[in-house]
Amino acid sequence: MNLLTLQRTMARAVMQPLTRSENMSTVAPNGERMKKYAARFIKPNDRLTSFERLEIYNRQYWWRVLEGLAADFPGLQAILGNRRFEDLSRAYLIEHPSHSFTMRNLGSDLKSWIEKNPKWAGSRQNMALDMIRLEWADIEAFDGAQEEPLKLQDSAQSDGANLRLRLQPYVRLLDLRYPVDKLLLKVKDLNEDSEVSSNTFRERRKHKQVLAVAKLKPARIFLAVHRVDNSVYFRRLDANEYGLLLAIQTGKTLGQAVTHALGKKAGVSELDLAQQVSGWFQNWMSFGWFCAGARKGRAR
Amino acid sequence: MPANPFNGFTDYGIGIGLRSPHFHHILTRKPVVDWFEIISENFMIDGGRPLRILDQIMEQYRVVQHGVSMYFGSAEKPNREHLRRLKELVKRTKTPWLSDHLCWGSVDGRYTHDLLPMPYTFEAARKTAQKVREVRDFLEVPIAVENVSSYAEFHVSEMTEWEFLNEVVERADCGILLDVNNIYVSSRNHSFDPMTYVESVPAERVAQIHIAGHSKYEKYILDTHDHPVIDPVWKLYARAIERAGHTATLLEWDDSIPSFKEVHDEALKANRFLEKRVLARAV
Repeated sequence: MNLLTLQRTMARAVMQPLTRSENMSTVAPNGERMKKYAARFIKPNDRLTSFERLEIYNRQYWWRVLEGLAADFPGLQAILGNRRFEDLSRAYLIEHPSHSFTMRNLGSDLKSWIEKNPKWAGSRQNMALDMIRLEWADIEAFDGAQEEPLKLQDSAQSDGANLRLRLQPYVRLLDLRYPVDKLLLKVKDLNEDSEVSSNTFRERRKHKQVLAVAKLKPARIFLAVHRVDNSVYFRRLDANEYGLLLAIQTGKTLGQAVTHALGKKAGVSELDLAQQVSGWFQNWMSFGWFCAGARKGRAR
Repeated sequence: MPANPFNGFTDYGIGIGLRSPHFHHILTRKPVVDWFEIISENFMIDGGRPLRILDQIMEQYRVVQHGVSMYFGSAEKPNREHLRRLKELVKRTKTPWLSDHLCWGSVDGRYTHDLLPMPYTFEAARKTAQKVREVRDFLEVPIAVENVSSYAEFHVSEMTEWEFLNEVVERADCGILLDVNNIYVSSRNHSFDPMTYVESVPAERVAQIHIAGHSKYEKYILDTHDHPVIDPVWKLYARAIERAGHTATLLEWDDSIPSFKEVHDEALKANRFLEKRVLARAV
């Protein structure tokens, strides 16, 4: 057996799902008995059979990737419950094993996978999808690149309407059907507490967590997931503010973005609108959301 | 023999692994530590808190990079994106040498995120050495390969683990990160004499030593890095430095991580062996 064949043979067994009782399956990936499959390439010793030696790696693999996904998606786990979340994670990881050197990217396909496989989220699919989008944005905002922020004096020197701004790579904009931001903050708080609490305390906390999920009612929200001093924050946005930022993010000039996102608002004077945009702009600048070196767009 | 080409001719003492529960303590209390080992993959990112903390640490301490997913022993070619990001980090840290494991963990682009054991064959040694050379040439930094703990052996193996290690490092002309805890764990799992292993490695290639604790189960031992170092492992360490000289030594503690002081105190126990060796040489 050459190196590549051995590694393929072992990897197929190691990445094969464990049974419900967390043992290695008795059936190998090729359909033969796993005992026979393992014995073909792994030596037994005086304490462990070939099957048992392979099973150590099979368990380590699944425990590692399941824990990794659970660490990245505690909000989704709270929505679905532990059992359903683990079933979903297992099904997802069978179809989407890691293709990256880092476990940080383990959940990168989770949203599209749930969209194609709605049964795993059951009746809470929309809430689950919103939470996945938020938790993935949280990961990307945490370690996304940060460019030199645009300074107020630089932007003031430009022709505002034709200014084409660039949002910082770490800023993520979300349009969500459920207010999952508050739920995720609660879950994170509970998880931090539970690290130092007793088992009894954890049980009580878990109950509270489920109640919080059950109470969550649909309510459209707009969010910017961003960073201040290297900590990730969820900032609620006005619908128009979100629309304007999204238009800027897609490459429109400031003038185009304002027209696209705000247009003519009934009952809102141009002066009020200008003041509102100016207020938002000042906030965004104070957070450093725009990158320096913004290019001027072609005047229309 | 404190410095050699495989650790960039440096003379590092006792270090500890840089782990997130200790960030605050290190940055606020500024404890005296000779050097920190960082897990490269934790910092191969575009921005944010981890890189900011790394920069702050590097303002006051020396760091050495240790990787967990280069998989020198995987039959496939190195991942270009991995190499690109690793090189960026090497430039940032100016690590004097870089280590990763003598193992495999990915095949056909799928990653297990585990340190899987090698078949000890000449084909595997040849391919692994070639990959070590390619990575070193790309990164332009000395490489040291670390022996892993293992729980399985293969029928196809043509030599012992230490013979395989020697075959790889001679062919690749690279260094060794000798993990004496891993030697102990594997020796118990595969019933060989750990001292024979320590005696058999080319001492002149040892760039760094790892010490750690492990967990005992009924039929095997797992390398968990969640306990203090046990006496038999300290004995292997003593013999290793007797042969290799005063070598950069690092304590690994990755799970159930205690206070910074507890981890550092455990690491500094290595001093008694290093001092004994100095005294013995003086006499």
